[in-house]
Amino acid sequence: MVPSQKYQRNGLVQMSLSSLFENPERLNRWIDIAQSSFLPLLKGALLYSLTIAIASFFIGLIIAVLTALARLSGIKPLIAFARFYVSIIRGTPLLVQLFIIFYGLPSIGLMIDPIPSAIIGFSLSVGAYSSEVVRAAILSIHKGQWEAAYSMGMTYWQALRRVVLPQAARVSIPPLSNSFISLVKDTSLASVVLVPEMFRKAQEVVAATYEPLLVYAEAALIYWVICFILSIIQDRIENKLDRYV
Amino acid sequence: MITITDVHKQFNTLHVLKGISLSVEKGKVVVIIGPSGSGKTTLLRCLNALEVPTSGSVQIGDVKLDFSKKVERTSIPKLRKQTGMVFQNYNLFPHMTAVENVMEGPVTVKKVDKEKARAKAAALLTKVGLGDKLDHYPAQLSGGQQQRVGIARALAMDPQVMLFDEPTSALDPELVGEVLKVMKELAQEGMTMIVVTHEMGFAREVADEVIFMDQGVIVERDTPSHLFAKPREERTRQFLQHLK
Ligand SMILES: Nc1ncnc2c1ncn2[C@@H]1O[C@H](COP(=O)(O)OP(=O)(O)OP(=O)(O)O)[C@@H](O)[C@H]1O
Ligand SMILES: [Mg+2]
Repeated sequence: MVPSQKYQRNGLVQMSLSSLFENPERLNRWIDIAQSSFLPLLKGALLYSLTIAIASFFIGLIIAVLTALARLSGIKPLIAFARFYVSIIRGTPLLVQLFIIFYGLPSIGLMIDPIPSAIIGFSLSVGAYSSEVVRAAILSIHKGQWEAAYSMGMTYWQALRRVVLPQAARVSIPPLSNSFISLVKDTSLASVVLVPEMFRKAQEVVAATYEPLLVYAEAALIYWVICFILSIIQDRIENKLDRYV
Repeated sequence: MITITDVHKQFNTLHVLKGISLSVEKGKVVVIIGPSGSGKTTLLRCLNALEVPTSGSVQIGDVKLDFSKKVERTSIPKLRKQTGMVFQNYNLFPHMTAVENVMEGPVTVKKVDKEKARAKAAALLTKVGLGDKLDHYPAQLSGGQQQRVGIARALAMDPQVMLFDEPTSALDPELVGEVLKVMKELAQEGMTMIVVTHEMGFAREVADEVIFMDQGVIVERDTPSHLFAKPREERTRQFLQHLK
């Protein structure tokens, strides 16, 4: 069974490549499909992939800061809770988490729509992974900064908000922007919970045209261009922040 | 003005302050000297509860905290608002310009209107000789300039007393003078000051009283002319001998 399947797949690719150049009709068909699928794919990327990534990232960052503060609070139950959350998210696959949220929770009466399900899953993931970054960044701020803030009468929250977090943010921007770029790529997992983001769109086009190589490559190219632009923005931000600190 | 009564501070088993009592009148300048590890920094930090004393009481102006009982959380910021602290390493906020550093306390803690706070911060920075550096970040300033921003920042809260912990000991020798000059002017204007320093010239010239600390106790306190010329205690004599 297995060898013959392999042979078939090889044959299929070879046929496509050779027939592509011998047969102008085939080439025209590829150009047609690439053209007609480009806008739907781009729409899926901008409207869903990027939007879900941005929303999840901001919610995730809030969770990350709260988790980091809980870890640093010195209050035993808070520390234990934060550790449990981080451990469970980091110790299980994101794909499985999304399945539990979307397909699992309805059996206890919790029906969550595709997009909110995806945002919940991704936010929890960002929250757990980034909490370690945020915690390290807060710890890296010299304790003299806290003392200077306290000595002018600031409360813990004032010192945190005005003095420590802005400096910790600068420290954590490089690692956090890397996780944002990873998140943009991870949104392709939302296809399994029926979010009409780019990768799901690509699967639909493939189902209709039977041109997997062409369409998935097109999707990959769009992910790559988006991530490339994001990494340029990341460089600019980092250069700007490096200036005075 | 300032009264501390029988303040003890222990770090686990290490007994750093062993019953310090001291009162300082309004407008006086007190210089604290003593060997390394004698507890000078710890005493200053107990005055604004950056270090919470194990027992004893601290009163500044009309805020009194008795650390032998349970201290209310809200009373600690009250005590801190009475004091301005100047640190050895300046501890300026690196993400804020000079003027933003000085405005920060009034705006965030006292809820002063931003424009008013900025005007006052600019005036204070001008007073310490930095009127042309308002929009510089700390990293763009020399150590002496940073420390003067630190002094302006502490003054911006209108403290009853200024606490200085070795304000010039991180500075290159040629920058020490500009900071001491600002401190002298403050003293002349009648600011109450408690200064930990190794600058004996400053102590001689500006201090109303010099306190010699060793091993967590006040060994001797006197006017600078008396204490430097003829100390009563043997330990003081040895320490002063050592300095020369
Ligand atoms: N947070 C702390 N935890 C434990 N021990 C401490 C702490 N802070 C200070 N100490 C100890 O308390 C003692 C007094 O320290 P302190 O900094 O008050 O001395 P100092 O007189 O200011 O010395 P120096 O001239 O070196 O600045 C030292 O033995 C020091 O190691
Ligand atoms: Mg000290």
